[in-house]
Amino acid sequence: MGRERVTVSTPRRLQDALAFRRDNPSALVITGGTDLMVEVNFNRRKPQDVLSLARVDELCRVDTSSTRVRIGAGVPWARMERGELARLLPALAEAARTVGSPQIRQAGTLGGNLGTCSPAGDGLPVLGALDASIVLHSTSGERIVAFRDFMIGPKKNVLGPDELIVAVDIPLTSSWQGYSKVGVRNAMVISVASACASLSTDRRSFTIALGAVGPTIIRCSATEAWLSSLGPNVKESLTSASVRNELGERASKEARPISDHRSTADYRRHAISVIVRRLAERAVNE
Amino acid sequence: MNEHYTLRVNGTSREVRDSWVGESLLYVLRQRLGLPGTKGACEQGECGSCTVLVDGNAVCSCLVMAATCVDTDITTVEGLGDGHALTDVQQAFVEAGGVQCGFCTPGLIVAVHDLLESNPTPTTTQVKEALSGNICRCTGYGRIFDAVQLVISRRTEATR
Repeated sequence: MGRERVTVSTPRRLQDALAFRRDNPSALVITGGTDLMVEVNFNRRKPQDVLSLARVDELCRVDTSSTRVRIGAGVPWARMERGELARLLPALAEAARTVGSPQIRQAGTLGGNLGTCSPAGDGLPVLGALDASIVLHSTSGERIVAFRDFMIGPKKNVLGPDELIVAVDIPLTSSWQGYSKVGVRNAMVISVASACASLSTDRRSFTIALGAVGPTIIRCSATEAWLSSLGPNVKESLTSASVRNELGERASKEARPISDHRSTADYRRHAISVIVRRLAERAVNE
Repeated sequence: MNEHYTLRVNGTSREVRDSWVGESLLYVLRQRLGLPGTKGACEQGECGSCTVLVDGNAVCSCLVMAATCVDTDITTVEGLGDGHALTDVQQAFVEAGGVQCGFCTPGLIVAVHDLLESNPTPTTTQVKEALSGNICRCTGYGRIFDAVQLVISRRTEATR
């Protein structure tokens, strides 16, 4: 019996990657490998064909206009931690700094977070709160999906078998944005609960998205609507400590956490009420 | 297609033959290319003992699929110096007592080289942050941080 034939493709051009994807829809797509290789190392996954996107330069681009930022799926976390991306998207920079360790952040990417689509993915609440869109390509063209429609369950997304995640498109509409994460230590930790909040430039909305406390990233639409009902200027409403407390309480009620090996549902719900309240405090004071 | 491939390790082209596609760079370096300086422990990116440089970036080699590293420049702890003398970072670890059992040392040495390459004068907090992905169970880190400070002061002195 012959050895199993395996193929590793490491294309340089996106069009070659898309053609390989079309012809080998079952191939494992990998970029940084920081999540997938754990599964491979522990024999939970046996790759046959592999499509590595690590050498596709087009996926490492960042394009900025006055109203939006488009971050290539292959941009590593380390590049979001500082520099222009951190200035434009401070919440994303805060999230990036909490990813794994420096070694993980040099390899892991935002596209990988989306491909894996774990509810604990550190960048995902930021994409939820900032109304990001996901740019998908296939050999037949481009499809743009709102992040809230992209992630449909734990480790489930709407990526087609012939599609690749190419970029994330984020509108620049915040006057303030922040991110917070709870874990057992400061470094090398998978989120127990996380949240991102953003105050719009016109101060009429305060968006909140929660991570690791439900099957998908949860947008706290009811809490956001309640805050908006208090008055047209939500920043002014948030100057009240009792409003901030209630905001945290309401957000925690929108969470749908489970108990697992990392934490309990009760603790996660409590953590959400605290970090959402603190994000609101920062929005008022920073 | 890629059962055989070539990796550029420490400036030398090395053939990798008859490998399985899922092999990590850590495995290939140690088991196929005879470079045991890079250590393996957790196999999930938690401990940092397998840290190497890929195109100048410190990464966990256990989380890198080796076959995807074709056309990159890989530097292991063996390739940091000239193969005879210790690097200034290694020398400082010896002098400051930053080595006890030694298992985490190669990964820390690579991580410190990477840090000082991008930031020659880090603050104490920046040093701690840069080494937060490298676990040492012997030293309590104090002497490792002393070693890093020793390198910084010697390099600063040398450029004066």
